Amino acid sequence: MKGTYEQPGQATGGKEESKRFSTVSDLEIKSLYTPEDIKDSDYEADIGHPGSYPFTRGCQPDMYRGRLWTFRMFSGFGSAEDTNKRYHKLLDEGETGLSVAFDFPTLMGYDSDSPRAHAEIGKCGVAIDTLFDYGVLFNKIPLDKVTTSQTINPPASITWAMHLALADKQGVPWDKIGGTIQNDMLKEFVAQKTFMLPLEPSIKIVSDTIEFGTQYVPRWNTVSISGYHIREAGSTAVQELAFTLADGIAYVQDVIERKKMDVDAFAPRLSFFFDSHIDFFEEIAKVRAARRIWARVMKERFKARDPRSWWMRFHSQTAGCSLTAQQPLNNIVRVAVQALAMTLGGTQSLHTDSFDETLALPSDQAVTVALRTQQIIADETGIINTIDPLAGSYFVEALTNEMEEKALEYIEKIDKMGGMLAAIEQGFPQMEISEAAYNYQKQVDRGDKVLVGVNKYISEEETPIETLKIDEKLEEKQIKCVQEVRRTRDNRTVARTLNELRQACKDDKNVMPYVIEAVRAYATEQEICDVYREVYGEYRDPGFY
Amino acid sequence: MEHQTKLRVLVAKPGLDGHDRGVKIIARAFRDTGYEVIYTGVHQTPEQIVSAAIQEDVDLIGLSCLSGAHLFLFNEVVRQLIEQDAGDIIVIGGGIIPEEDITRLKGAGIKEIFLPGTSLDEILKWVEENVKPLSQRGGSK
Repeated sequence: MKGTYEQPGQATGGKEESKRFSTVSDLEIKSLYTPEDIKDSDYEADIGHPGSYPFTRGCQPDMYRGRLWTFRMFSGFGSAEDTNKRYHKLLDEGETGLSVAFDFPTLMGYDSDSPRAHAEIGKCGVAIDTLFDYGVLFNKIPLDKVTTSQTINPPASITWAMHLALADKQGVPWDKIGGTIQNDMLKEFVAQKTFMLPLEPSIKIVSDTIEFGTQYVPRWNTVSISGYHIREAGSTAVQELAFTLADGIAYVQDVIERKKMDVDAFAPRLSFFFDSHIDFFEEIAKVRAARRIWARVMKERFKARDPRSWWMRFHSQTAGCSLTAQQPLNNIVRVAVQALAMTLGGTQSLHTDSFDETLALPSDQAVTVALRTQQIIADETGIINTIDPLAGSYFVEALTNEMEEKALEYIEKIDKMGGMLAAIEQGFPQMEISEAAYNYQKQVDRGDKVLVGVNKYISEEETPIETLKIDEKLEEKQIKCVQEVRRTRDNRTVARTLNELRQACKDDKNVMPYVIEAVRAYATEQEICDVYREVYGEYRDPGFY
Repeated sequence: MEHQTKLRVLVAKPGLDGHDRGVKIIARAFRDTGYEVIYTGVHQTPEQIVSAAIQEDVDLIGLSCLSGAHLFLFNEVVRQLIEQDAGDIIVIGGGIIPEEDITRLKGAGIKEIFLPGTSLDEILKWVEENVKPLSQRGGSK
């Protein structure tokens, strides 16, 4: 067969050899793919029908005909009241799921009146100190009618406890609420760097939440194993795929060993989260490969028997790091292309970035355009009519295979290092990402990789756009609010519940029941985190670069 | 590019945000240029940054903030440097910083602000032209 399908480069005497064609991740791409490139692929074994092992083509047999992906816009700014208004607006505009963005003090376990919180309150998300704020955030939003994703990690056990306590107040049973806590601590050490406790207690608390969710909140995804932040930190697509799956393997391993749980008891609720960068086919190949690798890992490595344990369900978000501050309206086009890639790749849920996100938190107008982008894809383009329409493309299948092979090489290397925790301690994924980020920046600086508006097609004059401003008075208001809660609550109950939590941590019990009691008593987020910090210690950034 | 004394640079992330992609790229670029680079890691308070800068005897501090808290955090670093008689350490910054804040930052003593889209060469050129090792700078402190 060889020679039957000539590469154009060969046919034209190799004229194309001088220029190297590669993806945004610097993966070299050929000019033509032919049956030769997928001759080793077996349809049944390697691709399979949608809804069938190894799920390369998607988890459900009917995909978007059965159920559209969830339009889930990551959103939060200022006070709980401001954000609640934005949620109502988005739901009125046709959003189908909520996703809470918290401010940095909340993400890092500091109350609004902590000195560490100064100047950060409400800036990158909403400030939540206690169950009181959380109630305001969901005012007139019935928790059994809309699923909620909480984008938070070290204090995820606490904000999830707030959600459960609020469900009780609304009279909604826990088995009727659905949603996700991101709660993926490993990628924090690798990439996003929102960490609080050392590795071991961090993963212990993740396993506590997985165990608790399995028993009491069956429709909740207790971890969203995230590649998004790995990619945003500058990784390649292959690294995003490999490190995310290696994190997933580490969680499954930990729950099995620490909690002695059967893999099929908890694995169906594991969910994933990927970035959608600008290199269209690379992204589609990445998520198709991700589903196939995960299915095989779960079936072959962990011996899961329930097909739902083999599924990789994932949320996706368009790549913030691909957007430019220059000529920001161009970002609308980037987001549309990235959103299209994820819907062709079979995402279960999608956030589309707003065009002004490189400048500030999104304005009302920008977030509406972002939501409309998803709605146009869903309702106008016709892509939902046919499942995994790119399957069988020589290029897409070959690229899917290549992504899988390269990711498996990384996973094998990590296994040899003793698993993902050991690899993180040695700084391995951190350094791989730094290297890739630096290489990409140099490619952009040289003009080898083009960013329209930044290193090509530059405009001398740019029209400024209106951006969202956070009210400077918010900080004072939020500080008063948390102090008022501390003044009016029953402080003896707070002290008792915190003491019980401290003892539970020391006795290595599941923290969730104790956190829920503390939250109900209106303990603040920081008071609970301080118990964690006191018992477990704090993680310091080793500053790998 | 030859310095008699290598430039010593502290690259730092003040505040609570963990977005360290940019800061680490800058740290590598400085290192590849031949500077002595100290990177603090994320989640530093202004106190920690100032104390590290003085202890490490640096000529330049590069701050990065993407959370919107730059006005307080950057200005606080400069204020504390002056308070500790180390106001001759040059401070520059980068991140998601609105145009209108740049004047306020420069007014407070931040020498230059680099926005998204700036090439590494532009930053390195600026440092080359504007920062000399403290030991080689003329005039009084």
